[in-house]
Amino acid sequence: MKSLALFIILFILWLLMSGHYTFLITSLGIASCLLCVFLAKRANLIDDEGLPVSFFPRIISYLLWLFKEIIISNYSTAKTIINGKIDPEIFTIKSSQKSEVGKVTYANSITLTPGTVATQIKDDIFEVHALNSDFGDDVRNGEMDKKVLWLEGKK
Amino acid sequence: MDLIKDIITGICFFIGSLSIIIGACGLIKFPDVFSRVHAAGMIDTGGTAFFLLGMIIQTGWSLITVKLLLVGVFIFFTSPVSSHVIVNLARQKKIIPFGRKIGKLL
Repeated sequence: MKSLALFIILFILWLLMSGHYTFLITSLGIASCLLCVFLAKRANLIDDEGLPVSFFPRIISYLLWLFKEIIISNYSTAKTIINGKIDPEIFTIKSSQKSEVGKVTYANSITLTPGTVATQIKDDIFEVHALNSDFGDDVRNGEMDKKVLWLEGKK
Repeated sequence: MDLIKDIITGICFFIGSLSIIIGACGLIKFPDVFSRVHAAGMIDTGGTAFFLLGMIIQTGWSLITVKLLLVGVFIFFTSPVSSHVIVNLARQKKIIPFGRKIGKLL
């Protein structure tokens, strides 16, 4: 089942990247996608970590929300840089995601929003560095944590 | 129609270059490695996102749009990893962060 999903993703990517639709080249593309799926299966790459299927239904709306957050915090970071008044702080938070992929997504989202960087991770404790306490509060109020938990989609 | 497209592209490029310039200023201005990574992250996200948006508007709806979007996706996956690696190394080398420490750290 997961192999099929991987094959479909690879083939769509191949079609979009190549832009060739003649019979010979398309069949060569199908063959190369099948080879990739076969190699991935042999190397045991197709598991929950390599292909987090439960993320796919909600990923678009999550990315749109993340994009909005990034623009907002980009603006505040630019303001902070121009003002030159920084008050950095470093603190730890607890993440509530179950899977490794969820934690990686959460840490990546924290780092992707300017103003906050995840510095160290140990089990489910994240250490976060923030440019000032406003950015820190954005992480501490746990909105992003809830969003990633919703994205993860597991009970 | 082309004029409107060009204007929107120009605005996107302007915002992108502005955020790259401000990020570069922050890179020089900030006191330690931890705060500098924030400025670098701003260049990564704000700069590239607006430049790609401008290019997507300029190319219109074609296969190149998809390729530009894929460039954006890959940058969005790799840029936080590189920031995290820099900061993590600084923490492991026991560089003391400038500013407040709240609670017990790892």
